[in-house]
Amino acid sequence: MVTQPVQQTSPTFVGMPKFPVAAREALANTQQRTNLHNATHTIREKRAAVVGEVDDWEALRVAGAEAKDEALHHLGDYLEQLEESLTARGATVHWARDAAEANRIVIDIARAKEVDEVVKVKSMATQEIELNEALEEAGIHAWETDLAELIVQLFGDRPSHILVPAIHRNRTEIRDVFLRQMGEFGRPAPADLTDDPARLAEAARLHLREKFLRAKVAVSGANFAIADTGTLVVVESEGNGRMCLTLPETLISVVGIEKVLPTWDDLSPMLQLLPRSSTGERMNPYTTMWSGVHDGDGPQEVHVILLDNGRTHVLADSVGRQALRCIRCSACLNVCPVYERTGGHAYGSVYPGPIGAVLNPQLRGTASEVDQSLPYASSLCGACFDACPVRINIPELLVELRGTVAEQGGHRAESAAMKAAAWVLSDPRRLAVAQRGATTAGRLIGKRTIRKVPGLGAWTDARDVPTPPKETFRQWWAREHGDGTTTQRAADPGGRADGIPTSNDGTEPGGER
Amino acid sequence: MSAREEILARVRSATADVTTEKRPVARSGSGSVPSQQPDRAISRETLELFAENVADYRATVVRVPAEQVAATVVEQLRAAGLGSVVVPTGLDAGWTAALDGAFDVLPESDATSAQTLDGIDAVVTGSAVGIATTGTIVLDHAPDQGRRELTLVPDTHVCVIGQDQVVHDVPEAVSLLRTPEGAQRALTWISGPSATSDIELQRVEGVHGPRTLIVVLVDEGARADVTAG
Ligand code: SF4
Repeated sequence: MVTQPVQQTSPTFVGMPKFPVAAREALANTQQRTNLHNATHTIREKRAAVVGEVDDWEALRVAGAEAKDEALHHLGDYLEQLEESLTARGATVHWARDAAEANRIVIDIARAKEVDEVVKVKSMATQEIELNEALEEAGIHAWETDLAELIVQLFGDRPSHILVPAIHRNRTEIRDVFLRQMGEFGRPAPADLTDDPARLAEAARLHLREKFLRAKVAVSGANFAIADTGTLVVVESEGNGRMCLTLPETLISVVGIEKVLPTWDDLSPMLQLLPRSSTGERMNPYTTMWSGVHDGDGPQEVHVILLDNGRTHVLADSVGRQALRCIRCSACLNVCPVYERTGGHAYGSVYPGPIGAVLNPQLRGTASEVDQSLPYASSLCGACFDACPVRINIPELLVELRGTVAEQGGHRAESAAMKAAAWVLSDPRRLAVAQRGATTAGRLIGKRTIRKVPGLGAWTDARDVPTPPKETFRQWWAREHGDGTTTQRAADPGGRADGIPTSNDGTEPGGER
Repeated sequence: MSAREEILARVRSATADVTTEKRPVARSGSGSVPSQQPDRAISRETLELFAENVADYRATVVRVPAEQVAATVVEQLRAAGLGSVVVPTGLDAGWTAALDGAFDVLPESDATSAQTLDGIDAVVTGSAVGIATTGTIVLDHAPDQGRRELTLVPDTHVCVIGQDQVVHDVPEAVSLLRTPEGAQRALTWISGPSATSDIELQRVEGVHGPRTLIVVLVDEGARADVTAG
């Protein structure tokens, strides 16, 4: 019997406080909260505008979800096909069961090339496996080349948002760290640097160009890996991706096995869904597609590492596997009332926000306090599902996971979980945005909550409290605990400000059942 | 068990419950670029939308009839005060000749390293496909576009695109860009100049790629306008 092991929690996040503790700390950070509020609202508005331009956004979402489901449901076949296509086009394919194995492969290649540095283009997979730390330990510097990642790296920080990882820093802080740190790692920032974003970008351009021109090895991830053509796709804005994917002689791409798309034509929905959902643009400035080695153009040695690291564990759950459709657009983060107030760090993982709340406990299992509390880091308002370009039913998954956590029982699990739930529910403003979506959420989880899910259902049963259908979690809470927040619903500032068209089919889970 | 065997075994056991059939293999891509389909109808509306959306990314769009392309390219580079230009091997001979007289021209074959390209002001290329709904230009790095680094390292990119190369939307482009058999070409999709919003979400044009993008749209309608005017 084959088992699908969970991911090891990385040393960075071991002992990470459970969500409510980390969230409370984050809430005290006013700078971060202001920045996050501005960021999420700006991107939301842009997104709504460009999504509104598309004739049938819902049909695109369905097409996107179907393409990913096709790949996931027949993943064994498509992975083998991908490997074959890549190999036929001159790439070398490696397989990595876990983070340590993937890191070792990268280090071995870098050592064989006798380099002591690599340039990197932002990749969640390499963050997840903590490749930079592993490389440093092996005496190889890893230079992050995204502006935001560079900022994070110069601060010695962790990213707080998938898309804009340095959103918790303001321009003055960034200028100061450029002046203080750039010289340590290469070309220093000009002494007269101001905090004008254009000047800061220019300083980064000059600092990094030196590194691009001399780098022999680059490391990337991939947004998509197309099985029938052996094409990898990287979607980006700044051009640092193109630099890494084009200039060095050797390119190593770490690709999660869920990144597979069956065919070239599946790019069509994805390239429409991703930029509009992600940065709110009709198209991102640059997308690079390469299929193995291209004679005399770009890297002549191309490695692709196919990474499991807990993904098959997620895949084995017939409901949970829909989380693997995620294309990391971060739309769900930007509409999440809980994320907006706590920021990314509270989630104890490189995957923050609503998707992090469902993906982390699935990838890592629910043994730790942080992973037990994450399914409760939500009000189940449903905004994330409406925003998700590949229709991942995050509220449904959260409810499932609450069930898992509650089932595994033990005082510790229940208390971690309930503290998180209480935290989320204790402040009416925390849920102001959530309230308007409550009806949708009620339909979404409605009956299932009571009938099938032992999570809160079990918890309420134990206290002999019936949960009427069509009542939202929060309404139920408010009624049961009499915190008076329901009366404040009239003062709700209008719910979702983004005008994102909500799907009217909230009663239908994402076609996974 | 090797990592490969083990991961594939995990995957197969994880998906053992799946009952849906695998999708039949359907290939819709025609595999030819639009310029090879001269009779394809060009809608005025599509061209207008393309020009508008490219300009929306703060790229410069100039629309001229075919015979004015060379002069326009020279004019644009002059106006920007640039001195040196790299040209791909397969660039239109007439354009290359016009550039030769006006700038320091580096042929692709002499641009042997990224360091060399770093000292060059601009690049002039053709293109493969334009997409109207997104304002995107796709390079397939055919001989009139050159190796990928040519359009990456210099700070200004002048890109010429024919009206017959502009399609309406992303699905059309994806299907045209599929190579029917054999390897896919390397592709670069460009939508405006490089940009970042990483600092307080304020958009800044230009981090690493060319900070100036000039699109010369070969537009026979522009000829009619000229004649009429
Ligand atoms: S879960 Fe959906 S909305 Fe969230 S990052 Fe993934 S694809 Fe985007």
